[in-house]
Amino acid sequence: MSAPQPLLPRAFKEASLAAVIVGGLSYPIIAFRAEPDFNNALALTSRWPLFFIFCALGFGLRFLLTLWSGRPKPARSEAAPALEKPGAMTKSRWLAPLGLAALVAYPIVILVLLGPQAALKWVDTFGVQILLYILLGWGLNIAVGLAGLLDLGYAAFYAVGAYAYALLVPLTGLSFWALLPVCGLLAAFWGFCIGFPVLRLRGDYLAIVTLAFAEIVRIVLVNWDVVTHGEAGLFGFPPVTFFGLPFIPGPRGFAAHVGLPFAAVHKLIFLYFVVLALALLANFVSIRLRRLPLGRAWEALREDEIACRALGLDTANIKLTAFALGAFFAGIAGCIFALRQGVVSPSSFTFNESATILAIVVLGGRGSQWGVALAAVLIVGASELLRELAFLKAIFGPDFDPAQYRMLLVGLAMVAMMNFRPRGIVSARQPTITLPPAGERA
Amino acid sequence: MTAPRWIAEPLLRVDRLTMRFGGLVAVNDVSFAVGRGDVTALIGPNGAGKTTLFNCLTGFYKPTVGRIAFSRMGLQDDSRIEALTASARRYSRDGGQDLFLLERMPDYEIAKRAKVARTFQNIRLFAGMSALENLIVAQHVALAPASGYGLFGLLGLPIYRRAEQAAVEKAERWLERIGLRDRANDPAGALPYGDQRRLEIARAMCAEPCLLCLDEPAAGLNGHESAELARLLREIRDLDGVSILLIEHDMSVVMAISDHIVVLDYGQKIADGSPAQVREDPAVIAAYLGVEEAEADAIESILGLEEQK
Repeated sequence: MSAPQPLLPRAFKEASLAAVIVGGLSYPIIAFRAEPDFNNALALTSRWPLFFIFCALGFGLRFLLTLWSGRPKPARSEAAPALEKPGAMTKSRWLAPLGLAALVAYPIVILVLLGPQAALKWVDTFGVQILLYILLGWGLNIAVGLAGLLDLGYAAFYAVGAYAYALLVPLTGLSFWALLPVCGLLAAFWGFCIGFPVLRLRGDYLAIVTLAFAEIVRIVLVNWDVVTHGEAGLFGFPPVTFFGLPFIPGPRGFAAHVGLPFAAVHKLIFLYFVVLALALLANFVSIRLRRLPLGRAWEALREDEIACRALGLDTANIKLTAFALGAFFAGIAGCIFALRQGVVSPSSFTFNESATILAIVVLGGRGSQWGVALAAVLIVGASELLRELAFLKAIFGPDFDPAQYRMLLVGLAMVAMMNFRPRGIVSARQPTITLPPAGERA
Repeated sequence: MTAPRWIAEPLLRVDRLTMRFGGLVAVNDVSFAVGRGDVTALIGPNGAGKTTLFNCLTGFYKPTVGRIAFSRMGLQDDSRIEALTASARRYSRDGGQDLFLLERMPDYEIAKRAKVARTFQNIRLFAGMSALENLIVAQHVALAPASGYGLFGLLGLPIYRRAEQAAVEKAERWLERIGLRDRANDPAGALPYGDQRRLEIARAMCAEPCLLCLDEPAAGLNGHESAELARLLREIRDLDGVSILLIEHDMSVVMAISDHIVVLDYGQKIADGSPAQVREDPAVIAAYLGVEEAEADAIESILGLEEQK
């Protein structure tokens, strides 16, 4: 074995290499900018200072990273994580009720703190929207996290749920509550239909087919004008009501009945609790099923399909149930989406949507309920927060739009995850059942 | 002298089985029987077609030609086998007498209905799941109906809780038998190699098989572990009453526990009999040790094998 190189020269060497790579990559795209001049001909303007700033940044970051990762570390024994386990268990026992209480209190606290007008945005985009993504994440987690079926077309089931609601309301005149399970079942039916032809596929192949399926659904929605009204989408279905009481000003509205002054935020708070209840239902079903033969079979399928078949497990059925149940929750989320937006159009169900939901599941840690919820807050919450950073325009000039850096943020989160927690935020898997040590049997 | 069990009381009968992959004949016209309550060893040099034959038995390959008849009660009645072969059905069950034609059944159905369980040459445990969970997944066939296919369990009905309790107790007994009780909650992939081999056998046994097929269970084990394995397999045969068919290279294990040995070489059966008979068989000695060419030709002409050259 050769002795490790001294740290500083090594860091300098690696940083120089990084600077050269950054220079090579950014030379064509940053050093020059092509802009049409007044004759509409392309003119090159050079941006050398910016180019050198990027190279220097690459150098500096790599230098610091090498120094940081090369620092002397305290020796860590292998037994340490095992010893931490009981502590982690007791912590998670407190975490669940605490998190639930925080979620229930959130809209009310916001309302009290900010008043009904300012609370609108916080309840809607940071409340309802994030919860909707948590619900979607937990649904996809069944297929991707538990059963190991990589699904790149989850937005298709989301779309089926949303369009089912938008189309069935004028057709049947049924209420939201009656249509909610219908939307879920229709999406589950589509999950079943897409599940059949892809039963023999796994991994990359399955991902490609589901991706294609989602595109088919989207293109049908765009082109089937007679039914879906194409890109314009469907709208004009009745808004949310509180079990029949509309959220409108005046004596017939919800506010007048309960004796509150009318506020638009009431509707959103109600919606918030609806999504919260459904997300908790999805969570309950996932956690319960994980401890049942079906859920254990999903996890076994993820671990080794051939061994499953050798033990008599009908893998086709097991895959179909995972697909269908995941799709069911997407359908329910779609139904709420339609209710919240008041309009559904194909542009809401692009590949971007599937990718975001998948990113939530992967970032959170496949199979972990906590991780998925945290990742949804992180990805959706952070990208919404970017919109709040308008004051940065004062620094970077009026052309700066922080919301455009959303994808950069997701990318950074992914890179950070791959470096520091390659198996997601919560990667430790809790066994679904444990045996107490031999002596301690009651 | 009474007839050996594989003739008098067969549980599995392989008739003229051939498996071709394109131009390659991996298994060529092999017939043999497995006796009820026997440990039957399938041996032969590398590439003799043992694992291919195993994959045909357990449904992972569809044999090109041939019949594999299996009955938990024993295959005494030839007319029933012929009747089922003539019909289009995969299995029959009349008067408590079941009969399966394994070559017609998909892999999971062989494990589920015919109760033939297997292990793999390269261990296939559910590595991320705990040892206990591995043994509980193996009882899926019995547990899934008790959970109402998820429904009763979801509602937390006692019918499922009792079934699960029984499954856990059974898993615990097996963990004790293979000496892994203390590691029940550890991920199976984190166990030492020898423990993983034993856990895979315990997992197959938790599926309540009538015939246990083991693909090289002693591969990679040290002398002490091999002896331990031989003890476990003898127990499975004598206490649990499960017949065993195993592929093995470790002759100390094979000779110690086998009641019946079938020898394959280049896809063909070259010997079939008790350990004592097989040990003396010149064709087996030739296949294993290699002999001078002249002697090999002489042996082949005795056995009528020269046409394959």
